[in-house]
Amino acid sequence: MSDAKFFAKGKAAELRVELKSDKKDKNFARRKTTLKRIVANMTMNNNEMIQLFPDILECMNVDSLEIKKMCFLYLINYARVKPDLANKALSTLLSDINDRSPLIRALALRTMSCVPLGTYARAIVEPLQDLLRDSDPYVRKTAAFGVAKLWAADPNLVEKSGLIESVNQLLVDSNPTVVSAGLAALSDITDKSDGMKLAIGYQDASKLIKILPDCNEWSQTYILTALMSYTPQDTAEALLMAERLSPRLAHSNASVILGTIRVMIYLTNYISDDSAVDMLVRRFGPPLVTLLSKPYEIQYVALRNCFLILQQYPYILQNNIKVFFCKYNDPIYIKVSKLEIIFLLASEENMPEILRELREYASEIDVQFVRKAVRAIGKLAIKIKGSARACIDTLLDLVATRVSYIVQEATIVIKNIFRKYPNKYESIITVLCKNLDSLDEPEAKAAMIWIIGQYADRIENSDEILDDFLFTFKEETIEVQLALLTATVKLFVQRPAKGQELVLQVLKWATEETDNPDLRDRGYMYWRLLSSSSGNADLTRQIVMGEKPAVTVESDKLDDKTLEELTLNIGSLASIYMRPVNQIFKGTKAKQLEQSPALRRAFSDGPVMTQQMNVTSSAAEDGEDDFADTGYRGPDVFAARGDLLSEA
Amino acid sequence: MASAVFFLDLKGKPLLSRNYRGDVPMSAVDKFPILLLDAEEESSVVPPCFSHEGVNYLYIRHSNLYLLAITKRNSNAAEILLFLHKVVQVLTEYFKVLEEESIRDNFVVIYELLDELMDFGYPQTTETKILQEYITQESHKLEVQVRPPIAVTNAVSWRSEGIRYRKNEVFLDVIESVNLLVSSTGTVLRSEILGSVKLKCYLSGMPELRLGLNDRVMFENSGRSTRGKSIEMEDVKFHQCVRLSRFENDRTISFIPPDGEFELMSYRLNTQVKPLIWVECAVQMHAGSRVEYAIKARAQFKRRSTANNVEIIIPVPDDADTPKFRTTVGTVHYAPEKAAIIWKIKHFGGGKEFAMRAELGLPSVKESDPDRKKRPISVKFEIPYFTTSGIQVRYLKIIESKLQYPSLPWVRYITQSGDDYTVRLP
Repeated sequence: MSDAKFFAKGKAAELRVELKSDKKDKNFARRKTTLKRIVANMTMNNNEMIQLFPDILECMNVDSLEIKKMCFLYLINYARVKPDLANKALSTLLSDINDRSPLIRALALRTMSCVPLGTYARAIVEPLQDLLRDSDPYVRKTAAFGVAKLWAADPNLVEKSGLIESVNQLLVDSNPTVVSAGLAALSDITDKSDGMKLAIGYQDASKLIKILPDCNEWSQTYILTALMSYTPQDTAEALLMAERLSPRLAHSNASVILGTIRVMIYLTNYISDDSAVDMLVRRFGPPLVTLLSKPYEIQYVALRNCFLILQQYPYILQNNIKVFFCKYNDPIYIKVSKLEIIFLLASEENMPEILRELREYASEIDVQFVRKAVRAIGKLAIKIKGSARACIDTLLDLVATRVSYIVQEATIVIKNIFRKYPNKYESIITVLCKNLDSLDEPEAKAAMIWIIGQYADRIENSDEILDDFLFTFKEETIEVQLALLTATVKLFVQRPAKGQELVLQVLKWATEETDNPDLRDRGYMYWRLLSSSSGNADLTRQIVMGEKPAVTVESDKLDDKTLEELTLNIGSLASIYMRPVNQIFKGTKAKQLEQSPALRRAFSDGPVMTQQMNVTSSAAEDGEDDFADTGYRGPDVFAARGDLLSEA
Repeated sequence: MASAVFFLDLKGKPLLSRNYRGDVPMSAVDKFPILLLDAEEESSVVPPCFSHEGVNYLYIRHSNLYLLAITKRNSNAAEILLFLHKVVQVLTEYFKVLEEESIRDNFVVIYELLDELMDFGYPQTTETKILQEYITQESHKLEVQVRPPIAVTNAVSWRSEGIRYRKNEVFLDVIESVNLLVSSTGTVLRSEILGSVKLKCYLSGMPELRLGLNDRVMFENSGRSTRGKSIEMEDVKFHQCVRLSRFENDRTISFIPPDGEFELMSYRLNTQVKPLIWVECAVQMHAGSRVEYAIKARAQFKRRSTANNVEIIIPVPDDADTPKFRTTVGTVHYAPEKAAIIWKIKHFGGGKEFAMRAELGLPSVKESDPDRKKRPISVKFEIPYFTTSGIQVRYLKIIESKLQYPSLPWVRYITQSGDDYTVRLP
C-alpha cells in the first residue's frame, strides 16, 4: 500500500479533530493514519503542524510503538520552536527510558539526546549513567553515542558528571559492538576537546585488534580510527600490530580497507626495519587496485588516496600502471584523477605505453580532459629527460591534427620544454609556426610569442611574424602585451637591423599609449636600458637574454610534512582535497605522530602540541548555541579539478 | 561521520531528510543544487564531494534521486559514501525499487530506518535481513517486539538464530566479468577478470560452511601436488561473514552465511586474457557521401561452449542516415540515439567466425569538427558453464552440528563481458 496519498497538504484544525475523535479506534488505526498525515506534512515543511504539539503530547502515551516513533520524530523536529511544550514530554520519555523493552529504552534515549534543549540535556545525565550499565548491549551501545551527543551540546555538563569515565568502562565490555561504540564516542569527543586526548596502550590496542573480527563492518572502522591513538614503543610491537591487522585488507568494505591501510602506514613510522616496511606497504597494491572496480564515488576516494600513498611508495604499483588507464565510460573526475596517477608513476621504462595512452586521450570528446592529457605529455617531457624526445614527437603529432585547443595547449607546454632544454629541440619551431592561426587564447599566444622572441635569430622571418602579432597589440590582454614587448626587445637585441623599427613602435605604445602600469614600467625599463647602454651591446644582451631559472614539475608534489599529515588521514575529506586539515576544518586537531623511542622521524617544528588544559572552548560554553553558524568561512574546495596538472 | 542525510530529487529539492548531529544548519542543502550547477558550468570535472563555506557535501546518484550527506568535520569520506550506497541497497531490498516515488510511498518506514541505520552520524546496522526482523512495514507485527534481534550487537551480526527450512539448499554462482581493451592495431592493451562468488543460502540453524577452490596458494601451502589446474588470484575480498585471519593463515574460506542472497567473495586476476570474442573492423570513409564498415567477429573459445546474447555495438557518425546492412547471421539495427549500429547474435558457437557489412549515408555538408569523437566498439556477451580463469569449486562443506541435516550445494559458472570490453576503432 502506498503512503504517498498522505502528502496532501493538511489543515491543523482538521487533523486535530481526527486525533481527538471519540469514535472507536481499533488498534489505533485512525490515529496512526492521522499521524502519518502529520509527519508527511512535517516532511513538506508545513509549519502549521506546530499547532498540533499539545495533541501530539497526548498521543505519546498511547501503547503503540509505531505511534510513539512518529510522536518522537515530531518532538525532535519542533522542540526548538516550542520548548515549553517539548518539556512536557519529558516525563513520558523518562518513563520510557525505564521500559522493560530494550528497544523502547534505546528509542527514548536516542530521542532525548536528539532534542536540542538544555532541560533535556540535564534530565538525561542521571539515566545515562544507568543505561551505560544496562543489561542489554543494544542499549549500552546507544548510550555510548548518547554521551557523545550530550557532550557536543554541553561539554561542561558531561565532564562534571563523570559520564566520560563510565564510557571509558565500556572499553572492557564483553560485547565487541559496545566496545567499538564506546571508542567511537570517545574519538568523537576527544577530536574536538581541548583538554582530553585518547591514548591507547599496547595491551588495549592488542585487545582491540583481537575483537575486530567480531564487530560489524562499521564498528570495525571505529576501532581502526581509535587505533590511531595507540603509540608503539618499539619496532617489534608496531610490526606485530601491523601484521595482525593485515588480514583486514581482504574485507569487502572499502572503508575497512582504507582504514586498515591508514593504521598500517601509521605504524610504519615506528618500524625501523626498512625491509619490513617494504613488505607491509607492498600488500596495499592489490586491494587498492580492487577498489577501482567499486562504484565511482568509492573509486574516486581510492584514487585520491592512491596518489598520496604512491607518492611515498611509488614502487607498490609502478609496474602495474595499466590499471590506471582510463575506461571509456569513466566520469571525467575519475579520468582526471587517473591521469594524475599516471603522471606520478611515469618512468623511462613505462613511457612508451603511457604516451600511446595519452595520445588516445587527446582524441576524446571532453575538451578539458583532452587539454589535461596534452599538458601531461608536455610535463612528462620536463619530468623525464630521457623521454623528452618521444614526448615532443607525440606533441607534434597532436599539433598536426590542427584542432585549435590541442594546438594551443601543445604550444603552451612546448614553451616550457624550451625553457627546460634550451637550444635543443628547435626544429619543432617550424611546425609551430605553421599553426599560428589556431592561436586565439592569451596563454597560448603569449607562449608562442615568447618562443619567437627567444629564438628570433634562428627563425628566418621572426620580424614578420612578430609584426603580424603586433598588428593587434592594443586589443590584446596584458599578458600578451607584455610578452610582445619583451619579444620585440629580444628581436632587436639579436637582430638590430630587423628589429629597430618594431622596437621603437612597441616602446612608444608601451610607454605613451597604455593605462597599464606594469606595461608602462616594463616599457620604460627597456627604453632606458636600450638608450643608456647603446655602446655596450653585450651587456644589454646579457640582461635581456639572461638565463632563466629552470622549469621543474616538482612543485606538483606535496611537501613531506603535508604528505605525512595526509597519510595519517587516509580516507578522510582532507585526503581527497589534499590540503592540511587545519586549512579547511576549523578547530580540528591535526593528527601528529606522537613521540616514542621507536619514532623514525619527525619534522622539526617543536614539540607536539597537546595542551593538557581542562578548559573548554568558549564557543562551546553556552551549549545550545553551539549549533549556530559561527560565521567561519572555509575555503571552497573542488578537489578533482586536477589541480596537480594545471599550470601554476 | 555525517551531520545530516538527505534524499533529493534531480532538481535538488529535498524529499526527506534526517538531521543527526545538529551542527550544520539544514538550510545548507538549499545551496547544493546551485553549487552543483555552478560546478558543472565551470568544468566538466564535478567530483562526488566538495566543500563550500565550511560545509562539506558528499553525494551519490541513484535513479532519479540524489542521496546527500553533509558534514563540517574532516569526516571519513570513504565511510560516508559507502554508507549512502548501503542505504540505497537496504531501501531497494525493502521496497524492490528505489526512486523518487518510493520515498513518499514509504516515508514512515524510511524515517524509522534512518533512525536505526545511523546514530549521531555513525553508521550502525545495515544488514537488511536483520533490520527486517524489527522494522517492518506490516505494522501489526511490530507491537510485540520486545527487543532488537541479538544479531544487532552480536559477533555474528548478519544472521539470526532460529531459521528453519524444510529443504536445505545452497546455490552457488561463480560469475566472471571480463574487461578488455584492444587497441586499433589489434593488440590487447589491458585485460582483467573480475570474479564474484554469489550464494543463495536456504539453510536451517547456524550452519558452518567451508568453501574449497582450486587456489594455487593453498595447494602450495598444503604441499599438494598441483594436480589439475589451479589459479592464482591477484586479490580477494570477502563478505564480512568470512573469517579473514583463518584465510590469511591457511587459505581456508570458512563462514556462517547470512540467510538468502549475498556476495560471498570477489576476486581479481590480471592475467593476460585471450579475447573471447575478437572483433576486427575496417572503416572506409567517403567524406560527404557515405561510410562503409566491414566487421569480423570470431569466438575464440572451445567449441563445446556457446556465447549467448552477443551484442556488438559499433559507433557511427552522429549525422549518418539510410543504413544498409548485410550479414549471414544475427540481426543488425541502427540506433541513432546512441549514434551506433548494433549487431545482435543470439547464439555464437565457439570457434565460429561471422562477418557483417554496413553502409551508411553521410550528409554532403561536412561537420566543422571532423569526427573527433573517437568512441570504441563495445561488446556484450555471456558464456554459461564456463570460466575464463579456470576457477573451480572443489567442495562446499555444510555442517550444522545441532541439526545435522542433509544439504545440497548447487554450483553454476558463467562468464560475461564486463562494463569495459572495448575495441578502439582505427
